[in-house]
Amino acid sequence: MDESRPIFVQLAEQIENDIISGTLAEETQVPSINEFAAFYRINPATALKGVTMLVDEGALYKKRGIGMFVAEGAQAQLKTKRRDKFAAEFVTPLLTEAAKLGITSEQLADMIRKEGSK
Amino acid sequence: MTAVIEGGVIEVRGLTKRFGSVRAVDDATFSVSENKIYGLLGRNGAGKTTLMQLLTGQDFATSGDIKVFGQSPVENASVLQRVSFIKESQRYPDDFRAKHVFKSAPWFFSNWDQDFADQLIADFRLPLNRRIKKMSRGQVSAIGVIVGLASRAPLTFFDEPYLGLDAVARQTFYDRLLADYAEHPRTVVLSTHLIDEVSNLLEHVLVIDEGRIIIDEDAETLRGSATTLVGTKAAVDGFVGSREVLHRDAIGGLASVTVMGLTAQERTDASAAGLELAPVSLQQLIIRRTNTSEKEFEVSA
Repeated sequence: MDESRPIFVQLAEQIENDIISGTLAEETQVPSINEFAAFYRINPATALKGVTMLVDEGALYKKRGIGMFVAEGAQAQLKTKRRDKFAAEFVTPLLTEAAKLGITSEQLADMIRKEGSK
Repeated sequence: MTAVIEGGVIEVRGLTKRFGSVRAVDDATFSVSENKIYGLLGRNGAGKTTLMQLLTGQDFATSGDIKVFGQSPVENASVLQRVSFIKESQRYPDDFRAKHVFKSAPWFFSNWDQDFADQLIADFRLPLNRRIKKMSRGQVSAIGVIVGLASRAPLTFFDEPYLGLDAVARQTFYDRLLADYAEHPRTVVLSTHLIDEVSNLLEHVLVIDEGRIIIDEDAETLRGSATTLVGTKAAVDGFVGSREVLHRDAIGGLASVTVMGLTAQERTDASAAGLELAPVSLQQLIIRRTNTSEKEFEVSA
């Protein structure tokens, strides 16, 4: 966990990553709040906040008395959400840095193609 | 229980403790709510220990009001039997061995868990039959940590409990605290200056500086609330404008400022203005705040 951002957000992102990558498959149970807290060495209230965020977004749902599960369709839903943020989080900084270094859009596109074909 | 915990486990109003002309605690007002882990953070001599001594009835306030479980803690058995206070400099009788401590602790703490204590004794590799006088500093600290955890008191204070504990033992302490707290929620006040080590464990942060409570905030709200901006002096000054600046550094034509509470839009604007944005950790934030709370902020000329 890095120190600079709210930890519950980082925990939520971590769980999202696991859902997107398929590590946490849909309709499978996710670890409990206390397990998350112990594993990431964070306060259980913080872990609860992160998980609640995903419940509110519909990526996780609660089965009373059993625990938390990955919702059906969560993977696709999270991918869409991440794609929406992709430009702001990755493309804009890339273009800013490229402009600073005098890299043109064509050169940048070439670099991306080259990296992608590796 | 009869409306004991109205506002919080601890309610402090206008608390002052004076030693001669020194105000060790200066007009402190705050509350501690039930079943949270609090960090009581501050520099050496800031007033942390004095404050905890007042809260546990071991010292008398000069003025102000303290309520613990709704009552004054001074000479109050019904309050103090629910409180465990692990001190940095706990003294033991000369001929005491560790086993004597663990034998007597259950007399004072009704929630004492002997199995948990035994497990902790093994975790910390504590020699039960050695005289405490002959123990290393870290082993003496381990006794305190074990008593504090296994007593499971509804309100537990740890005052710099890790003196002499190595990194492995400190991690063991944090892990056991977290795991046991999750199963047996209780109110914990952890006083420390190793902020980076404990910051993820904390739910709420109280920062004391020169006797005054200067931060009383949810840990998650505090984390990431400050940002350091680096860029040319003109760009930095242009962006900062009339904002409150926590810290300012200048080198050559460059300036670095730490500011609170930037919105996403402001971050984008700052980037567009050519500024580098760097996050500020809880520890850095507290260093900034406790360094500069008394001084006028210098303005880069």
